[in-house]
Amino acid sequence: MKILIKGGTVFDPSAGTLRDLDVLIEDARVIKVESGISGRGAIVLDASGMLVSPGLIDMHVHLREPGYEYKETIATGTAAALSGGFTAVAAMPNTNPVADNPAIIEFIRKQAAAAANARVYPVGAITRGLEGNVLAEMGEMHAAGALAFSNDGRPVVSAGVMRRAMQYARMVGVPIISHCEDDTLVDGGVMSEGLTASVLGLKGIPAAAEEVIVARDLLLAETTGCALHVAHVSTAGSVRLIREAKRRGVPVTAEATAHHFVLTDEAVAGYNTSAKVNPPLRSRTDVQAVLEGLADGSIDVIASDHAPHADYEKAVEFDQAAMGLVGLETTLGLVFTYLVEPGVLTAAEALTRLTANPARILGLPETVLKPGAVADITVIDTHCEWEVDPNRFLSKSQNTPFAGFKLRGQAVATIVAGKIRKHSGVRSQ
Amino acid sequence: MHLVEKAQILDEKGMARALTRIAHEIIERNHGTDNLVLIGIRRRGVPIAVRLAERIQKIEGTAVPVGFLDITLYRDDLTKLDYHPVLYKTQVDFSVTDKIVVLVDDVLYTGRTTRAAMDAIMDLGRPKVIQMAVMVDRGHRELPIRADYVGKNVPTSTKEVVSVEINEIDGRDRILILERIGPDE
Amino acid sequence: MSIKHLLGLEHLPVETITKILDTAGPMKQIISRDLKKVPTLRGKAVATVFYEPSTRTRLSFELAAKYLSADTVGLATASSSVVKGETLIDTARTVAAMGVDVIVLRHPMSGAAELMTRYTDAYVVNAGDGMHEHPTQALLDMFTILESKNRISGLKVAILGDILHSRVARSNIWGLTKLGAEVHVAGPPTMLPAGLEQLGVRVYDRPEAALEGADVVMALRLQLERQRQGLIPSLREYARLYGLNAERLALTKDDAVVLHPGPMNRGVEITAEVADGSRSLITDQVTNGVAVRMACLYLMTVGDASREDID
Repeated sequence: MKILIKGGTVFDPSAGTLRDLDVLIEDARVIKVESGISGRGAIVLDASGMLVSPGLIDMHVHLREPGYEYKETIATGTAAALSGGFTAVAAMPNTNPVADNPAIIEFIRKQAAAAANARVYPVGAITRGLEGNVLAEMGEMHAAGALAFSNDGRPVVSAGVMRRAMQYARMVGVPIISHCEDDTLVDGGVMSEGLTASVLGLKGIPAAAEEVIVARDLLLAETTGCALHVAHVSTAGSVRLIREAKRRGVPVTAEATAHHFVLTDEAVAGYNTSAKVNPPLRSRTDVQAVLEGLADGSIDVIASDHAPHADYEKAVEFDQAAMGLVGLETTLGLVFTYLVEPGVLTAAEALTRLTANPARILGLPETVLKPGAVADITVIDTHCEWEVDPNRFLSKSQNTPFAGFKLRGQAVATIVAGKIRKHSGVRSQ
Repeated sequence: MHLVEKAQILDEKGMARALTRIAHEIIERNHGTDNLVLIGIRRRGVPIAVRLAERIQKIEGTAVPVGFLDITLYRDDLTKLDYHPVLYKTQVDFSVTDKIVVLVDDVLYTGRTTRAAMDAIMDLGRPKVIQMAVMVDRGHRELPIRADYVGKNVPTSTKEVVSVEINEIDGRDRILILERIGPDE
Repeated sequence: MSIKHLLGLEHLPVETITKILDTAGPMKQIISRDLKKVPTLRGKAVATVFYEPSTRTRLSFELAAKYLSADTVGLATASSSVVKGETLIDTARTVAAMGVDVIVLRHPMSGAAELMTRYTDAYVVNAGDGMHEHPTQALLDMFTILESKNRISGLKVAILGDILHSRVARSNIWGLTKLGAEVHVAGPPTMLPAGLEQLGVRVYDRPEAALEGADVVMALRLQLERQRQGLIPSLREYARLYGLNAERLALTKDDAVVLHPGPMNRGVEITAEVADGSRSLITDQVTNGVAVRMACLYLMTVGDASREDID
């Protein structure tokens, strides 16, 4: 079967270029990228006025299966990914049981294959049961398909354990994704420290709770030579530390989430539990620093940290509410509305942080649309205006602080291995 | 809906004469001023009670204690009101127990205010007797209550409003009948 | 004015605060009568739902309701059983379904009262939620200050102690600044919340500067567990550095008055000499608490809260 994507602007991350070209796909592969390709014998997707990008990768997602299927399953989470324009996601290991052994990694890959939505790249736990004591079987899990290791959701408290984990991960040849948080500084905090927390009477989390662990892990990466990826950077201090470390040549990469470059802690006002997330939404200064970090390349990746929770886990006292928000179906719109439109990043720069950079960090093949490449493609209507309606999410959960936001930019077609998995006929009005 | 003036019932002099007559009637009925106290119902009963006390003192030469009563907390229509009534302090600095209490108000209409006032007085003590003095009795009673001393009896319709203006509150003394014009809200 | 619910002073308009304080005066008269009861709230039901131990606040609300002839019921739940939010929401629904008109809620978590309003038609009075607000305490404090000073505007009020964990301090900061007072707070640096200066409050880590020339001093209760949590080295050092004693009180104006929300730790945040001294209004605060709560219950349940008085 042939598919012709006609009239679009093709993004090439390797060259950083946007060119008006047609893309012809046959079976699972791209066979031709040229202008004026004939559509004879092919399904034609009219992409005029749209961006045609290598498939977007969200390297920070919680699919919740196994164990928390009431929040999300691999099938519903990957359907949400397709809906949001992502052809692949990296699944964090804080499931139940924890993805700390090859059997769970295999289970996740099997469920993903059965769902046949977006691709799923499992991330294995750094330590058994996420307890932070004993290293998990990184080599076995890597052989089973784990592309990175993380205790995401919880910090590796012991510096000694983290150092050994980095030494070991370097041998396996995979990155450590660090959730940087010092429990003793969090000390029961539930939102960012600042005026809003003071007024609401909620316990604040200081920026230092993140920064001391970022600093620690940068030092450990520097001395072990292990590739370190700092997850969900949220403070100005973290951005500065990462920028300086990169300058020194430390093997570090970093990611920012859409909510950390769009929202501040003021979103929590009124005890809005949908804005309760870890790391917490920070101050205007921190948001500005994250934007600068994205712009100057200190932050390599944009990810969603998609963290679904059931309604009843959010409709409680703020102190009791679960941390996290769903992001797979809003991230792309937020990127175009809050980064590309105001000129923080060009469309090419933004898409690089959603394609080539996460692929490089996870050791995936180069994401580029050229003959012979796997046909994972996202077609984006950058002009389409839409309003976030959680009831229309394909995710099982609706916990988003962005309900009612008017965004510009949406995936209209998501193609995985040459198959159109999502296609919306909606065109900009 | 708005109110238009229909007729003036009493002017300043008429009110003064009525008050003097009521003062005489109170003294006569109670054989003097022994154990007599006056309690004005907020708001316009207050200046009327003060004036009655002044007249009684002029006639008898004795000062009669005067108190002021806010009956808001005793109203039977509180939950039905579409506004918040202002709560004023009650000032009754003497015991009412075993006293002849003369309640003073501007208008006697349904009798509900008087009922509330009697309950409020009873909560302050146990008077020997409670009497009622009003400037205007306009009829339409909803409770078995009557005034002992009346400035003027004025037959009215329920569409009409009796407006007692007192110098201390309204800047002049006169009593008017007003009529509601236009639809109710 | 609109006080369907009384959740805090942050969002309460000045006129409403003034109206509550004006109404508390006539209410206080009732408490001093032989017959301490008016029929105003006959047929109304008030439930005190307390997820935290508190004798005085609860007693104060129950007496306020009873003096106004409301029926009262109490539900006390040990904080240890507050495991999930459903408890609170279920309680809100259950209590309202039984016909309760007003729920008085005390809860260890900030925002609990606001959460409750989303699940019940009953009026909700926040009797203290976590570290957030305790509006009736601040209202009674302001009423007590008014009784003594006849004004709030222009007064210098010093609040001493654990500001970080204090809902009393927060409600007072909102109420006092709205009515034009100058609020100075002082406490150990580990007990000062971030960003308070942005609300127009002067913040100090030593009490002396806050006390200098103050008209009113409010000493906050120190929860003794704060020492265990490592926020202060010892009660002795706290008393030495932050305790309100005669020497520190001498820094204030000659006619300055002393408030404390109670219950007091004599010898910790306040010396017995100051607490029981001639400048102390601490006993008046207790009486005034009932009057202010009567005013709140009255204004919430009587008439249409959305319309202004037309006399």
